[in-house]
Amino acid sequence: MSTRIVVDPVTRIEGHLRIEADIENGKIKDAFSSGTMVRLLEEILRGRDPRDAWAYVGRVCGVCTSVHSLTSVRCVEDALDIVVPPNAEIVRNIMFCAQYMHDHVVHFYHLHAMDWVDVVNALKADPKKTSELAQSISNWPKSSPGYFSDLQKRVTKFVESGQLGIFSNGYWGHPAYKLPAEVNLIGLAHYLEALEWQKEIVKVHTIFGGKNPHPNYLVGGMACAISTDDVSGLNAERLAYVEQLLQQGKQFIEQVYIPDLMAIASFYKDWGAIGGGLGNYMVYGDLPWNGYRDTSSYKFPSGVILDKDISKVYDVDLRKDDEIQEFIDHSWYEYKGAANGGLHPWKGESKIRYTGPKPPFENLDTTQKYSYLKTPRWKGHAVEVGPLSRMLVGYARGREEFKEVVDKALKDLNVPVTALFSTLGRTAARGLESILVTRWGLDFYHQLIENIKNGDTRMADSTKRDPEKWPGKALGVGHSEAPRGALAHWINIEDEKIANYQLVVPTTWNASPRDGKGQVSAYEAALRDTPVADPKKPVEILRTVHSFDPCLACAVHLYDEEGKHINRISVLGD
Amino acid sequence: MKNEAVQQNPTYLEEFKRKGYSRKDFLKFCTLMAAYLGLENSSVGQVVRAMSSKPRLPVIWLHFQECTCCSESFIRSSHPIVADVLLDQISLDYTETLMAASGFQAEEAMKNTMTKYKGEYILCVEGSVPTAADGVYCMIGGKTSLQILEEAAEGAKAIIAWGSCASNGCVQAARPNPTSATPIHKLVKGKPVIKVPGCPPIGEVMAGVIVHVVTFGRLPELDGLGRPKAFYSKRVHDTCYRRPYYDAGLYVESFDDDNAKKGYCLYKVGCKGPSTYNACAVTKWNNGTSFPIQSGHGCFGCSEENYWDNGRIYERASAFPGFGIESTADTVGKVALGVTAGALAAHAIMTNVRKKKLIRNLEKEGKESEHELKG
Repeated sequence: MSTRIVVDPVTRIEGHLRIEADIENGKIKDAFSSGTMVRLLEEILRGRDPRDAWAYVGRVCGVCTSVHSLTSVRCVEDALDIVVPPNAEIVRNIMFCAQYMHDHVVHFYHLHAMDWVDVVNALKADPKKTSELAQSISNWPKSSPGYFSDLQKRVTKFVESGQLGIFSNGYWGHPAYKLPAEVNLIGLAHYLEALEWQKEIVKVHTIFGGKNPHPNYLVGGMACAISTDDVSGLNAERLAYVEQLLQQGKQFIEQVYIPDLMAIASFYKDWGAIGGGLGNYMVYGDLPWNGYRDTSSYKFPSGVILDKDISKVYDVDLRKDDEIQEFIDHSWYEYKGAANGGLHPWKGESKIRYTGPKPPFENLDTTQKYSYLKTPRWKGHAVEVGPLSRMLVGYARGREEFKEVVDKALKDLNVPVTALFSTLGRTAARGLESILVTRWGLDFYHQLIENIKNGDTRMADSTKRDPEKWPGKALGVGHSEAPRGALAHWINIEDEKIANYQLVVPTTWNASPRDGKGQVSAYEAALRDTPVADPKKPVEILRTVHSFDPCLACAVHLYDEEGKHINRISVLGD
Repeated sequence: MKNEAVQQNPTYLEEFKRKGYSRKDFLKFCTLMAAYLGLENSSVGQVVRAMSSKPRLPVIWLHFQECTCCSESFIRSSHPIVADVLLDQISLDYTETLMAASGFQAEEAMKNTMTKYKGEYILCVEGSVPTAADGVYCMIGGKTSLQILEEAAEGAKAIIAWGSCASNGCVQAARPNPTSATPIHKLVKGKPVIKVPGCPPIGEVMAGVIVHVVTFGRLPELDGLGRPKAFYSKRVHDTCYRRPYYDAGLYVESFDDDNAKKGYCLYKVGCKGPSTYNACAVTKWNNGTSFPIQSGHGCFGCSEENYWDNGRIYERASAFPGFGIESTADTVGKVALGVTAGALAAHAIMTNVRKKKLIRNLEKEGKESEHELKG
């Protein structure tokens, strides 16, 4: 006999996610993932200026801010056959790296850590021992006994006030927390330090894009002109500021994030065998070293791995009609024509229709439609996207940098390679790619300086910004690797306006409901067989769900209301 | 709108004073209390401090149709830093983005604060509320966002509507507003609503609004549209460092042209600074690092009502009222932005007239002071 439990709201994520799970004999027998908020941005985009689209879709998400805007300008540039100047590509790459550094650190400390770190238990730590431990794993200077003692006093006072604020009602004292008090205190100290640090690294966006969250992008390049002889442009002061921020970010990631990740992981090695899920991984690739169109120059290579077999990597084609398709068998949408077929994003045909229970309700009927997320598939396969996919594809493609960091982590933790396919593997992969991205951010920075030195100061190509120079009709697709995984936008431009705009985003791949064949997506697959010690305090569910870093506002969207077929796929600039 | 005092739980010391006892009586009481509790003499000081300090301001932060950029912006604040706000100033008892608890325990934390601090907690709302289809486009814990808002607003002292979503509906309320995304002030009656628009608002502005309530014990002064005057009473245009180029008629004609490299005015490539009320050009973003115009892109008016439908982003805005800071949001009202070329020429003439006068005055002043110096 199984018991159905509900976790709603799932907190420490972006957006609104509900998990229902059937528990039997202390394990999850089946789980259901539901997105419960929708805004219908694609409908709002219809009829608008394609050059403005980046700003609208940027507002899809403020946590993975910038990635939708980046994908959107690439999508429109693809449709209009615009190649941006190398400097614009590099600036976009540097912003991409800063975004990863910010997003991954915030995810680890502020969204995920409290699944592993018992905040209240940290009050029992011995500050002297904590200091010794901290100094044994890192050179980070804030590690004296006095530092930890002061922090402990401050938090003790906070707890004794009886107002626990964001720490209220946590699962403190749950037997699944296994860290010694000293490690908990280090985790808590770095939670607060990371909260302070994260506001710094985003300044890279502010310098290039004017603000963060939601920095500005531009179809054709970037708006931040290079002007070594003017106070308004990118001059020596602005560029030195960027370099300093990237260096400080690298230091924090190498001296705080990674040592903490490894220390915490060493106490939770059992999670290297839990939460594996699908075993299929997909990456679109990103960070072009030699222009967006030269996919071989991507720092993150693209590809698909099936059934955990890293000896073979398949290619992905976002333009092919039969590769990426979305299904709605368990989604609150309807197709006017064929009942349950899958449709390529360029052929979107659907309409939202809520058929769930009338709120307030206790449970969803998960045998029927149960989510605002659609169910995307690659050649019919459910695939996982995100940091683990990127590290595995890079590894499987034989990239040395990937091998170096993955092999070192496995050796340091003394775990087998199979431990990668797990909740722990997913969380570790996010840290490992942060190491790579911090290096690459500085590489791109030096590339920018070299270009400017050589006299190339171009930042935008405005020759095709005038709609009179556009074809009457154009299709485009833009892709990127958002921190949470493979992201793509598809556009259909007609008469200078957006006729259709569609997004298939990482969390839709991972958090979607099952398809018509009963194949589950990544969250539901990963939750199966997860042990749950106390169904009233299901911290284990949070561990696995958070290991994906859910972003639900991104995941929910709608296709063409009119059900218009768009059959032409003649892409310019291909 | 009038300032309303935010009454928090009085401390024991305040209670003592209200009942006519002196501070000396209070200290005697504390000593007795310490003895009663079996504490050492050295602990009396702690008892005094505990009984004189107030509970931190309880805050419930709801999340509806949003992208969470407001929460992200809030944690970007540099002064105060958010760790200090959370540990020392407020008690953020519910926020889906940061709180440890999930599901039942999260809902319970909210209920506890609603009961214990009825009439005293501040309710922050991030995101709009979809009212179409009986509210099913945003559901949390099996309830609609509208049901949750109504319950939480009832016992709130005041409501802060974070960002453009909660203040004016933002992007999901752009035409055709398919989910009927609705801002908070249209749904809650009988409670003060502070609108803090922007997509997102500047982090320091958000923390500033909270700190204002904690520090001064009352809500900030608001303008006619319900926004804190401190941050929304001046147009970006009037505080912009590129304003002299506008006045001189020197404009960027297209992105990355020679004029862009010289930092000329972005008006012709769509800057909506002339019709946007926000602190961007003064406070700037991310601890004063930059703001959109400084980084070469025009302002697109993200803190203004219906800005997604007020013309295209790169379209030149023509009709904006007034030429100086004397024109405030209260008198401007709702002026739609149109597109004509004529306004620019008219403006050039006007500013030349104004500038000549200004230069004349300055010359005069200069000569006078020179004369004085020569004595």
